Amino acid sequence: MDLLTLSLPSLLGGLAVTVLLGVVSFALGSVLGGLVTLARISRHRALRVAAAAYVSVFRGTPLLIQIMLVYFGLPQLGIQLPPIPSAILTLTLYAGAYLSENLRGGILSVDRGQWEAAGSMGMTYGRALRRVVLPQAVRVATPAIGGRFVSLMKDTSLASVITVVELTRVAESAGSSSFRYVEAFVMAGIVYWLVNTTLSVGQEVLERRMGRAYT
Amino acid sequence: MTRTVAIDARGLHKRFGELEVLRSVDLTVHSGEVVVIMGPSGSGKTTLLRCLNLLEEPDAGSVTVHGRTVDCSSARHGRARNRLIRDIRTRTAMVFQHLNLFPHMTALENVIEGPISVRRLPRSYAVEAGERLLAHVGLADKRDEYPARLSGGQKQRVAIARALAMEPEVILFDEPTSALDPELGAEVLQTMKDLAAYGMTMVIITHEIAFAREVADRVAFMDAGYILEEQRPNVFFNNPATPRARAFLRLMADTDGPPPGLEKTG
Ligand SMILES: Nc1ncnc2c1ncn2[C@@H]1O[C@H](COP(=O)(O)OP(=O)(O)OP(=O)(O)O)[C@@H](O)[C@H]1O
Ligand SMILES: [Mg+2]
Repeated sequence: MDLLTLSLPSLLGGLAVTVLLGVVSFALGSVLGGLVTLARISRHRALRVAAAAYVSVFRGTPLLIQIMLVYFGLPQLGIQLPPIPSAILTLTLYAGAYLSENLRGGILSVDRGQWEAAGSMGMTYGRALRRVVLPQAVRVATPAIGGRFVSLMKDTSLASVITVVELTRVAESAGSSSFRYVEAFVMAGIVYWLVNTTLSVGQEVLERRMGRAYT
Repeated sequence: MTRTVAIDARGLHKRFGELEVLRSVDLTVHSGEVVVIMGPSGSGKTTLLRCLNLLEEPDAGSVTVHGRTVDCSSARHGRARNRLIRDIRTRTAMVFQHLNLFPHMTALENVIEGPISVRRLPRSYAVEAGERLLAHVGLADKRDEYPARLSGGQKQRVAIARALAMEPEVILFDEPTSALDPELGAEVLQTMKDLAAYGMTMVIITHEIAFAREVADRVAFMDAGYILEEQRPNVFFNNPATPRARAFLRLMADTDGPPPGLEKTG
């Protein structure tokens, strides 16, 4: 079995796109997720409802359909996006929904007494959130958020359906030109696994350090 | 001698759903005074204390702290009102029954958080004052420890230092020792005695009779949402005016601790 069905340059090119999709979507999704979380715990009902609706839609539908709807739907609204930006947009919306769930869970896990202690010394809502509640919430949510990052890395493979030449697409075309699909997908699978194992190790180190913190 | 009024609560009412927890409570605390609140469980002590710094909004009545009045019968909204409430809260520090230190901050960081982020003091100034306060409560060497590494009594003394750091007009204590072993509670009570001697205005919910006898200027006895009597401690403990207070003190002596709610006597 010749695993070198995939040339090294094409493999690395695919990997680069996969990492680009994963990292950029995760970063943008974190920002979006943070904003959505603020909306979900806001005092304004309209904001809460809108945020909850967004989360519900993006969690309740398959990512594959979201990717295709954004790619084929936006042009009909007069917005032309090349495949990679389109995929990043969808993955960001998707990640934002899940990350806001994790963050909200973290915030809700912080004892009500912490809000009260902050409020009783005259802190504003925003300051109590920033100085007292969020640092504790993020710490609680970190394992789940790390898990999201790993999932998102794998989810980027769905971008192949809208012709983004990432790892899965590279394997696919190598397979179809050589008819050695198995070798090509095994190779791609190994690369995904290596990337995610590295991420998981990093996450464990981070969690261990956080576990030591505050003692 | 005319004394400054630190807190003036008038006609406080508070209900939780069907339950009337405060039914017309008046309480005046002068600067430098130590007022101890006693009463059976569920009589509304904690709720009253929380109303005094608007952590709980009374349904009716008014709270005045050093001349700033929040009228609870009027409009409930608005920036000006929120600012007023924050202003009152910065002047009334609270020490809770359950330890509410910020777990992600060291002892010193806990103490300087309010001065820096609420009172807007320069950090170097806040640190200097914070170190002095930690030394004052006997915890100078714990300044860089996180709460998880402190004993219950030490945590509660950090909480007191944190309260003092706000330079409040009055400190409100809600059973600061009830979650602690007696010897740890003793440290905390001693710290509070020092504060009393120093002239700090304090309102304290406690079941510690010996402590109340020693430091209280006045004992307010609460039952079923009313303050039934306010007395000097020697009068209250030796010769309470109301039958409810007599029954309460008898139960305290019997059980050697806080009695549950008194049975209704007709
Ligand atoms: N947030 C709340 N929601 C509903 N009911 C409440 C709330 N807070 C207090 N209560 C009820 O109000 C009553 C008075 O409570 P409060 O905590 O003021 O009593 P307390 O005198 O401090 O009692 P204890 O000595 O047990 O601390 C109780 O019956 C309690 O269950
Ligand atoms: Mg209570």
